[in-house]
Amino acid sequence: MHCFKVLRFVSLWSKVPLGSLHPSSGIVAQFDADSYSQKVNLGVNTYRDNQGNPVLLESVQKAMQIVREKNLDNEYPPIEGLQPFIQAAIKLGYGEKYYEKNGKYIAGCQVLSGTGAIRLGFELLNKFVTPGTQVFVPNPTKSLHPTIAKIAGLQSKEYRYFNPITRQVDFSGLFEDLQIAPNGSIVLFHACSHNPTGCDLDIDQWRQLLDLTKQKGILPFFDMTYQGFTSGDMDQDAQAIRMFTEAGVPIMLGQSFDKNMGLSGQRTGCLSIVCSNEREKEMVVSQLNLIARSLWSCPPVHGARIAETILNNQKIYQLWLDEVKHMAQRIKTMRQGFTKALKDLGSPHDWSHLSKQFGMYSLTGIGQLQIKELMEKYHIYLLDNGGISIAGLNDTNIKYVAMAFHEVTKNTRL
Amino acid sequence: MQCFRALRYFSVWSQVPMGPADPILGVAAQFKADPSTTKVNLSIGAYRDNDGKPVVLESVKRAEQIIKEKKLDNEYLPVEGLQSFIDASIKLGYGDAYYAQNGKSIAGCQVLSGTGAVRLGFEFSKKFLPQGTKVYMPNPTWPNHHNIARMAGLEISEYRYFDPKTRGVDFSGLVEDLNKAQNGSVILFHACAHNPTGCDLTTAQWTQLLDLTKKKNFLPFFDMAYQGFTSGDVNKDAEAVRLFTAQGVPIVLGQSFAKNMGLYGQRTGCLSFVCSNQQEKDKVVSQLKLLARPLWSSPPLHGARVADIILNTPELNQLWLQEVKMMANRIQLMRVGLANTLKSLGSPHDWSHISKQIGMFAFTGVGPDHVKELIAKYHIYLLSSGRISIAGLNEGNVKYVAEAFHDVTKNTKL
Repeated sequence: MHCFKVLRFVSLWSKVPLGSLHPSSGIVAQFDADSYSQKVNLGVNTYRDNQGNPVLLESVQKAMQIVREKNLDNEYPPIEGLQPFIQAAIKLGYGEKYYEKNGKYIAGCQVLSGTGAIRLGFELLNKFVTPGTQVFVPNPTKSLHPTIAKIAGLQSKEYRYFNPITRQVDFSGLFEDLQIAPNGSIVLFHACSHNPTGCDLDIDQWRQLLDLTKQKGILPFFDMTYQGFTSGDMDQDAQAIRMFTEAGVPIMLGQSFDKNMGLSGQRTGCLSIVCSNEREKEMVVSQLNLIARSLWSCPPVHGARIAETILNNQKIYQLWLDEVKHMAQRIKTMRQGFTKALKDLGSPHDWSHLSKQFGMYSLTGIGQLQIKELMEKYHIYLLDNGGISIAGLNDTNIKYVAMAFHEVTKNTRL
Repeated sequence: MQCFRALRYFSVWSQVPMGPADPILGVAAQFKADPSTTKVNLSIGAYRDNDGKPVVLESVKRAEQIIKEKKLDNEYLPVEGLQSFIDASIKLGYGDAYYAQNGKSIAGCQVLSGTGAVRLGFEFSKKFLPQGTKVYMPNPTWPNHHNIARMAGLEISEYRYFDPKTRGVDFSGLVEDLNKAQNGSVILFHACAHNPTGCDLTTAQWTQLLDLTKKKNFLPFFDMAYQGFTSGDVNKDAEAVRLFTAQGVPIVLGQSFAKNMGLYGQRTGCLSFVCSNQQEKDKVVSQLKLLARPLWSSPPLHGARVADIILNTPELNQLWLQEVKMMANRIQLMRVGLANTLKSLGSPHDWSHISKQIGMFAFTGVGPDHVKELIAKYHIYLLSSGRISIAGLNEGNVKYVAEAFHDVTKNTKL
């Protein structure tokens, strides 16, 4: 008789506790299960068009067609990924001018989107920086940042970033915290569209940070998930990177094409490290390869082929730039529309921070009770921290959402 | 003046040494650079057809066509991956009967091919097995097993596997070593087509190991990268997995679709843990997600879709099974061809091990000096361990390769 039941003498996993990924990961399930016709998901983590649908960009479709027609095989790429993609991504991130002069000193590696960039980058750092070197991350930041730092063996600390009262960047606090950080620390910066606050630094503030960086020998690690998606302009969104690198600061850069190309599920990203010379770059690439080999052996080719096709085809590239501009514009329109709608409803609160912030996310400032009420009474789902994904707003639901926000906050503080 | 050169005050990477070149990829690179018209690549573990070309299976092409017609978007997969792919993969690995009874107790997670399965599996083991639990690996094994175990923080021990004298499995040595292993250890088994030796265990030997496993409470971790590709029969190739699970032993299984579906660069795999019940399984999945998130956030979409469509579409599944059989048959033909040709050339050595071994690779028995000569004189590229990838042989080159092997070994020992 075949005995299929797993023998209980060996119950290795019986003590494994239930893990919870993220407070808001349950919200998606709740939203899906909600049958209310006017339900709104303000926790979406990818762009939605004005009909509330995910978008397959035309530039992506065209690129996919070109890739298809090439009849490529599915062979292993090199450990560091597809070189044409890496070079095109680096050129986009650092700018043509810098790339022309210094491209050969930039160690690049194709990775699994932003997460892969951070994981590979932090693992490399852990291997080669002076033991005890800390990573400074903004407060708040993507939960993955401290999680990955820890798992990679790095100690992470926070620097003040968001002022919940002004709902803007607490720059003096930020500056103070980085000033007292040990020299040679690693500092993680969101290049643009800070997640989850939507509050970005302005050019003067970046300049001040550049001086501090040079003064203290800080190693800046830029997480750039939203290039183009923020202002609509690739160069504008990468201005911090351009500024730091032009000043000769050797940075690390993580790029993701999840949002700006809508390639989320294909996991398409690039990690790059500015080196002093070509020999150093070769060494760094070889070390990145060693680590990548034990993480994923080599990255997936599909998304990288599409991204490379877009970036290297003049016509499709132009089309893509327009499409990204369009997405950024829609987000901006929704931000402004939402703020205006709340004002028109006579809200006692100042919601202008929402239209001053950038990118996909905003921290609204509303509290747990209001979040609960929005969900239970109005079937509007937010992130656990009171954050919303602006991409979840559209012409059809914006008035409803504004009305609901007004109702739950008119008699309370923000 | 704009200073573009990276400031030398800050040379984080200046002390970074060159990482050792990957032995396998290094040889492949040498091959690529070789201008000889008679060169043969026997180094890389990827299937080639009889014309020496990489193959995109017809079943894969049709699945991709379906994806194209459906105009599917590129949205994020859940952290654990594409559920229908996971389920189909588990069913393929464990078999219909076991899956029907126990599928709901198997914790599954889509991963980045075999590497991802081993990495995630080892990280999970490190986190939830008693401290000090070792992982036992066959000697020799795929070198990356060692890299990954080290990076995951698991202590490694080896068990004897290959007997260079018989060029077969040293089974008594294997049993002796596992007998001495600590109870509760993780034992890494190659389910089929052992890499790099091509020497697999017999049913009788697996049965003995099953008894030992039960006696010593081992946790078997099956790395199955060649299901179907080995004997041509997906069920036969998984017989060890079926044997152990039928007896109620809770195993860990890593599956890769790199070789058997030719999806190498799409990084398509599945990791699964046999649990006692559904609650335990839910907890294990939740913990796998917690570990997968800082690795890659969510796995890549494309390859999983292709595999999912193939496995879940009866005509495509049938077609795929035939194509896998065809690949396995061609490999077998080449093994016999090489061994027979060497015999007919009057070689003083017994090459029968080449036709007795199974799967992609063969440990020929030639040594580093032979290999040097084969590369330099004959432009035949193989690893210094004497490992050849049978897939690199075809009707056009098998005689040439046999002659070369004969020439370099006729006056030496093997």
